[in-house]
Order: sequence, then structure tokens, then C-alpha cells
Amino acid sequence: MIDNSYLNVKGRIFDIQRYSIHDGIGIRTIVFLKGCVLRCRWCCNPESQSYEIETMMVNGRPRTYGQDVTVREVMETVRRDMPYYNRSDGGLTLSGGESLLQIKFAEALLRAGKDLGVNTALESMGYADFSDIRRILPFLDTYLMDIKHMDPIKHKEWCGKENTLMTENAKKIAASRQTKLVIRVPVIPGFNDTEQEILDIARFADSLPGVEEIDLLPYHNFGEGKYAGLGRPYPMGDAKRPTDDFMQALKSQVEGKTDLYCQIGG
Amino acid sequence: MKDFDSTPVQKSERITRLVRHLFEKMPEIEPVRAELITESYRSTEGLPETTRKALAFDHILKNLPIIIRPEELIVGSTTIAPRGCQTYPEFSYEWLEAEFDTVEHRSADPFYISEDTKARLKAVNPYWKGKTTSELARAYMAPETLRAMDHNVFTPGNYYYNGVGHVNVHYDRVIKEGLSGIIAQTKEALDALTFCDPEYATKRRFLEAVIISCSAVIHYAKRYSRLAKEEAEKEKDAKRKAELLKISEVCDHVPLHPARNFWEACQAFWFVQQTIQIESSGHSISPGRFDQYMYPYYASDLKAGTMTREEAQELIDCVWVKLNDLNKVRDAVSAEGFAGYSLFQNLIVGGQTPEGEDATNDLSFMCLDATKHVFLPQPSISIRVWNGSAQELLIRAAEVTRTGIGFPAYYNDEIIIPSMENRGIPLSDARNYSIIGCVEPHVPGKEDGWHDAAFFNMVRPLEMVFYNGYDQGEEASIHTGNVENFTSYEEFKAAYKKQMEYNIALLVNANNAIDRAHAERSPLPFESALIDDCIGKGKPLQSGGAVYNFTGPQGFGIANVADSLYTVKKLVFEEKRFTLGELKRAMEMNFGKGFDEITARETAAQVAREMKRQGKVATEDIISGTIRQVLTMELPPEEKNRMEEIWQMIDDLPKYGNDIDEVDEIAREAAHFYTKPLPNYKNPRGGIFQAGLYPVSANVPLGAQTGATPDGRLAHMPVADGVSPTNGKDLHGPTASCNSVARLDHGDASNGTLFNMKIHPTAMSGEKGLADFVSLVRGFFDQKGMHMQFNVVDKETLLDAQAHPERYQGLVVRVAGYSALFTTLSKSLQDDIIRRTAQGQYR
Repeated sequence: MIDNSYLNVKGRIFDIQRYSIHDGIGIRTIVFLKGCVLRCRWCCNPESQSYEIETMMVNGRPRTYGQDVTVREVMETVRRDMPYYNRSDGGLTLSGGESLLQIKFAEALLRAGKDLGVNTALESMGYADFSDIRRILPFLDTYLMDIKHMDPIKHKEWCGKENTLMTENAKKIAASRQTKLVIRVPVIPGFNDTEQEILDIARFADSLPGVEEIDLLPYHNFGEGKYAGLGRPYPMGDAKRPTDDFMQALKSQVEGKTDLYCQIGG
Repeated sequence: MKDFDSTPVQKSERITRLVRHLFEKMPEIEPVRAELITESYRSTEGLPETTRKALAFDHILKNLPIIIRPEELIVGSTTIAPRGCQTYPEFSYEWLEAEFDTVEHRSADPFYISEDTKARLKAVNPYWKGKTTSELARAYMAPETLRAMDHNVFTPGNYYYNGVGHVNVHYDRVIKEGLSGIIAQTKEALDALTFCDPEYATKRRFLEAVIISCSAVIHYAKRYSRLAKEEAEKEKDAKRKAELLKISEVCDHVPLHPARNFWEACQAFWFVQQTIQIESSGHSISPGRFDQYMYPYYASDLKAGTMTREEAQELIDCVWVKLNDLNKVRDAVSAEGFAGYSLFQNLIVGGQTPEGEDATNDLSFMCLDATKHVFLPQPSISIRVWNGSAQELLIRAAEVTRTGIGFPAYYNDEIIIPSMENRGIPLSDARNYSIIGCVEPHVPGKEDGWHDAAFFNMVRPLEMVFYNGYDQGEEASIHTGNVENFTSYEEFKAAYKKQMEYNIALLVNANNAIDRAHAERSPLPFESALIDDCIGKGKPLQSGGAVYNFTGPQGFGIANVADSLYTVKKLVFEEKRFTLGELKRAMEMNFGKGFDEITARETAAQVAREMKRQGKVATEDIISGTIRQVLTMELPPEEKNRMEEIWQMIDDLPKYGNDIDEVDEIAREAAHFYTKPLPNYKNPRGGIFQAGLYPVSANVPLGAQTGATPDGRLAHMPVADGVSPTNGKDLHGPTASCNSVARLDHGDASNGTLFNMKIHPTAMSGEKGLADFVSLVRGFFDQKGMHMQFNVVDKETLLDAQAHPERYQGLVVRVAGYSALFTTLSKSLQDDIIRRTAQGQYR
């Protein structure tokens, strides 16, 4: 008999978003897992950071964020869009938060995605023991890994933790050759929005075996309203979104000086 | 395997100028046709109706002023003014006279009318008193039917006041055989007619009428040939002179003879398209599978080297411009329902051949490109999608969608073909289907589908359940019992089913009365000549001459009915949160959210009627006093709070459109209440009824005649359109709404379903955006959805267009089965479009 017990694994999510077409191949459903190790100042999902269930005001009404669900329950929603995954080679994406904090749950979800026969992706910073990451690799088609900065001190200053564990994990994931690794860089005003800082990340990404693509994600302030909804100040103040021209200039720098394919937006 | 050339061809500058000329001024009403038909009818009294129609058609085509517009290659204009219209008093005229002074300034589809035209129409219109189709139709209807119409349960306005149209004729036969071929066939039928044939009288007169009508069109073309020659003689520019001489040669040859090349095929097509609309005032005369029947001429000209792809594209673009030169004035109410000057000339590309192979060819791409080039509401361009569709064609279609023009509409072969077979149409004919008007599947050249026969508001019978058949103090329907005594959801549902069945029977009664009136007063010999098997049967289309006959009235408001039933099931009977009595009172009081002027006026009218019944006189003072009272009425705070509470409970309840099985199952059942009874009824042409589920844009004006409903919809707000979820209530993205809609039984609604989705431009950006869009359509179609159409504009753009219409003259939006210029729509319809959820706007 097939062991389906992994479908009963429980975890905590704060949203499921269907018809996502901006993360990975095709039409996808994103499951957002709650809880994060970092506290990036520009985070556009502040409700994802704490593992605790919390209340946020949305359009003047309180809404609860954080729900404990089984893999089976999540897959009830995910499988509803099978016809669209089939037509677009799309599938399931895990995002957060940092999904790796709920490693058992993340593993079971990705396994369920593979059982369904759809493409699987993970958006993550790679902040976990590699022994944990290794568990999910067999079920993961694409690892969308955020690398925000190469300088550990500056990383700690803006995100709350140094980046050493993450860059080390990036090397190991790449070396495993078990998944397609894509590096993603949020371009944040005052933090990493210089050609040099972006190029440093690109050169690192280029050095990873098998990595062919780097995505530059321009900062946006769409999350600002959520901070107000949570009763927190918005750490980015009135920082401006990088201009299209600037993003294009970064792209040509990256493509000129590395062998990577560079895409603006993910 | 790819056996087509999809390389895009540049738009020629001529097209830009043709379009500019067409839109230089406001459309105008011209009186000549009305004068000519009246003149002819006065001189033919006593002759058989078919003969009179043919002689009148001949008289009109001999005397209607003709014009070749600057730089045109394809010629033939029904009015001297660009985008002007003629009138058709033989169908109805009183509404126009009543609206003479408002038609120029009304919000939906205004037309300029000169004092001279008003006087000339006033001089001829009285002749038609007592002779119109609408008067005869009314005389044929049951009193109960008239009552239901008075109470806005349904409106058969379309054919009640106008010609039927709604056909896709044999353009291919005229192009291939010439009208001379059709005349020859008719003569053979006449020769074969025996003296003792029991229908000799009507058959002979009809066949003679066909010959008169075809000859009239040939003569009309020759007039253009002469005009072109005269203009050529005067023309100084050598290039234009050569074009005019070519036009003269083309119009001399077609549509009399078979077309010899692509240009002649285009011109022959155009004369047919134009003159059918001169013959009757029908709309939705649909060109259908243009890419299929024009292809042989395109291919042979290219092969012979006598035409370039650039020249072919320019000719197609010219035809597209001409399709926008035709226009029609409708009464103010219908204009709201069909807003956007639309004639719904549906033209469809792609799909399958009658043998079941992919039909994509060069012209499929060039037709889509033509729509991009002219960027106008006509033709209503559509695309057939099936499992074997060329992905490249779908991507090109998605590119057109992304421009925001609202075209093309996407149709699913995989459900439409079996649904037509289920109505008795053989596979090869079903595979050859085209679309008429908004969304109605049709067999080209063989069908009289009477699509679009009426608008049936599925929400009104629901109101009748709550008010036990009474409406505004009058008996308006059958009695299904006091709703407050119902003890189960099943009992409530059964009452709704009864109200539906009763009113559907009345709808059938109305349609059949109008059908008879058209058969008697409006046989159309030219149109009939181009549909099989009118000549063979010796019968006009209007008497059942077609091979396939249907009547297709459309229901709308499924989302409201489904959500309302769910409210009753869940909140009243399962959770017992409030009673049906409380719900009824809340609906009457518009959920305590105040009353608008419409409600106040309705109440005043009710008071006046009640007083009259009691033998009292309702004075002006009493009426205005009542209106004031209703407008300022305050409920006791306790009651108001309770109603607010009830409304909130309803609002929090999940709605249709969110991929929730329990709700969507109810929606499926609600649609069946409309689609299932209809095919049990027959029409006078020997066919059956079949349901459509689409609203054109009538969900707005007809919603204004509907009170508050149990789904929390406030009084007089629009009813949900087609099979789409209620605007703003689908909260889980495009795939969830698609899944809900796909849950309905589209195959049973064989007269077409309409699913509107508004999509934000960011959801379609880049090549990936296009590919994902195509996947969305394919995924919906894999689940047996039937139709899908899109508005790709952002809300901000629309709001700005509303505030500054002068800056957005060219903004085209998808309204319902068609696209229209946003700024020409009424404010309420604009608001409705803005409310449609912008999907995919996440990041």
C-alpha cells in the first residue's frame, strides 16, 4: 500500500495565491508559509515574518493571518488549477516567509506537488542547515534563491542576519545538480542599488555550477499599507522605485560581465 | 507541420485616412429609404407580400443615392453621410418619432437628425400605421404575455421592433457562382414547379421575388460601376484614376458573375453584406468564416503573382473599414441594451474544416491583423479554438487581446460542436459552425437561428416567488404561495422553478407571435436566396425555408440567482440566521440602504393605482408627496440595524465565481431552470427553442427594473452579465472564476454562453504573458467552457476616460458580445464595466 501519511503533515500558511504568472514557469499557485528568520527592511509581506498568528487591518476590517492546515487541505486548492498547469507547464510554488523553517511541511508539500505531476518551485533565502535543504531537493524542479548582498555586515544591518550560511548553501545546492537554481536579487535603494554591488552578486552567481539565470527585482512599496495594517512603521520611508532605465543599465552590465541571462522582474 | 505564412504586413496609410474620414462627424439619420419603400408600397397594394417586398427592394436599390468615399477600394455605402443610417418604418416607427428631439443628445448611441429629415419621415411614417410587424405581433400575443412584458420579466424588443438579421448567408456561393448562378438555380426551380403543386401560389411568387431581388442587387452594383467610371474621367491623379477604373471593372463583373480574383471576391462579399442590411433592419448579419471562403482567391492570386500580400492586407483592411460604415438607429431603451453603435457583424477565424482538420491559413492571421490595423468595433472578430489549433494563431490572437480592443472572443470547438450535434445538426455542418452576433453558434448558409430572440431576466421570477406573483401591487405572474410559510429550501426552489416555467412559456408565446408576424409581413426574398434550402423548398426564410430552424432567447442573471438560492439555503434554512419573512422585508426596504428615485416613483405609481382602484383621484400633490416621503423615509434604528446585519451576513457568504463546489453546483442548477424547459417548445418555422446564456448589455437597463435581491444586490443595480460572476465578487483570481463558470452545463445552452473577464495589462506582458494567457483560455476550454472574452485596460484608465471623454475618443472596450467605444456608452454601463474585477493585478 502506498504511504500517504505525508498528506497529514501540518504547517502554518498565511495565503494561497492562484494564477500567479510572475514566479517561475507557466501558471502557478503560490503557497505562502508563515515565519521568517530575516527582517528585511523592504519586505513587502510583513505579515509573513512572525510565525505567530496575527491580525492585520485590511480595507478597514480585521483579518487573521496564519492558519494551520494539512498538506491534504492545501492540495485541495492546488489541484483545482491542474488544467492550467497542464497547458502552461506551471505548478506549485512555495514562498514565505522562509519555507525552510517548516521543513517537514515544505518537504511534504513539494512531494505532493510531484505526486500530482506538476512543476515545483521554491522561493527561499536558503537559511537552514544543508541537511534540511537536502531533504527537499528530490522534489524540487526550481530553486528561486534570493541573494541580497555579498557583504555580510551590510546584510546583517539591513536584514538582521549575516549572509554566510546562505551563500554557502547556494554553493552546495548548485553542486548537488538536483534542481535548477535561479538567483534573484531585489534591487533596494540605499542598500544594493549600485552597479558594483549588483555585479558582485552576479559574479558569485556566475561562479555557481549550472546557474544560468539571474533575476533583478526592482524595489516597490506595494507592501506599505500592510505595515499600517499591522500598526508598524514602514522602514523604507518614501524610498523610490528604481527607474526602468536604471534597471536596464544593470541588466546590460550583468549580461556584459557574466555569462548569465538576466531578467528584470521574476 | 506549418503550412501557413503568418508574417505580419504593415498597415497602409490609406487605411488611416479611411478611418479618419469615417469618424469625422456624428452619425446621421437619412430619410431616403423610408421614402422609397413607402412610395413602392403605395403602388403595390393588393399584390402578394413577397412580391411587394422584392419590388420595394428593387425600387430602393435603383434610387438610393450612391457615393464613393475618398480613396475607397471597396465601395458601396447605404448613406451619404459616413456611418449614417436609414430607417425601416415597415417594422416600427413610432418610437423614432417620439424620440426625434432626444435622439441627438441621448447618452447611448446618439444620432444627428436634421429638421428636413424629421419632416420627410413624418410625411411617410403614417402610411405604416396598422401595417407594421410589431403591431401584428402584439395582436398575436396572449394577454398574459403582454402582462409579463409590462412587468419586465423578459423583453423580445429585438425582433418586435426590427428585422431579424442574425444570419450568416452563403457569401461563398455569390463569390463562386455569382448572383447569375443563383438566378439560374431559381429559374430551374420555377421550371420544375408543377401547376398542381398545392403550394404553387406561394412558391411561384417567392421564386419570382428571389429573381427580382437578385437582379436588383446586380443593378445596384452596375450603378457603382458607372459612378466609378464617371469619377475616373474627372480624376486628375493618375494613381487614383487607375483605382477608380479598376473599381468600375470590378463592380461591372461582381456580384453578377463569379469572382475572378481576391479583389472581386472582397467586393462581391461587400455588396451582399451591405444589401442584406438595406433589405431589412436586422443586425448581426455575420460574415462568419471569412478566412475560409476567401482563401482560394487569395491563394490563387498569390500563386499567379497578380497580387502581393500587402495588397491583400489592404483590401481586407478596406472591408473592415466598410463594416464600420453601416449603422442602425435603435430606440433609446434598446440603444442602452446594445450600446456602442454595434451591428454585431461577427467574423470568425481558425477552428476546423468540415472534415475535422485545423483550418488555420494565412488569412486567419491577416484578419486578426486587420482588426489591429483599423482598431474599430466592427467586425466583431472571433476565433475558434480546439485541441488542434495552431498555437501561433492563438498567440497572435492574444496579442490583439492585449491591445485592449476587447477582440477577439474565444470559442471552444470541443463543446460547441457536440452541443450542435445534440440539437440534430450533422457532424460536418457542426464542424463548419460560425458565430452570429454576440456568441451564437450557427451553421453558415443553412440556418435561421433566431438567435438573440429575447432577453429573459432570470432574477424577476425570483422576485415573483417572494411577492407571490405580485409586482408593484399588480398581479403579474402565477401564485406560488406565501413565501413566509415555506418550510424548506426545496419548497423555495420548487416555487422558483414553477415561476420560471410559467414565464418561459410566456416567452415562447411572445417569440412565436413575433415569428408569425415576420412570416406574414416581412418575408425577405434576397436574404432567403442566400440560405439553403429556401429556393428548394420555395419558401422564404421567415416561413421556415432554412435547413435548420431555431429560436434562441437568452437568459441572464445566473450569478444573482445562484447566490440568492445559496443565501436562502444556507442562512435561512441551514443556519437559521434570519427568516424568509425578514429577508423579504429587507429586500422591500433595500436592506435599509435608502431608496433611489426609481423606487420612489414606483411606490408613487403603486399608490396612484391603489387609489384609482378605490375610485379616488391621485392628484399631482399626492404623487410628489409620496415620492418625497419615500426618498426621505427613515426606518426605526432597530430595524435598520437588523437589515444592515442581514446584508452583512449575506455579503460574507461565499459567492459564485470562487471555485466553491457547493455554490457552483447551485449555479449549474439555476442555469438548468432556464435551459432545460426551452427545447421542449416548437417555433412556427418547424424548429425548436434553445437557450442562450448571455445578456448583450441588457443586464444594466433590465437590472434597473429589478428590486433588491437575496444575494445582497441592491435595487436597480445591474444584474450579473451572462455566465460571469457578479462584478467584484470573484475574489480568487482568473482560474477560480473560470472553474466556477466551467461548472455550468454549457453544452445545454446551445445558443451560446458569454463569459466576460477583465484582465489587467500587466497580466499579459511579454511573451510569457501571452503564453500564459493562452494557457488560461485553453485550461478553461479543457473543462468545457464555451466562450471567453476580455477587457484589457486598467481601472484608472477607465475612470480617467469617464472624467475626460475627449481624451479617450478611441478607447475600445469589450461590452458584452462586442466591443464599443467606451465614451459612447451610457454612464451606467461605463460604471458596470469599471466594476468588473480587474484580474491578475497582483504585483
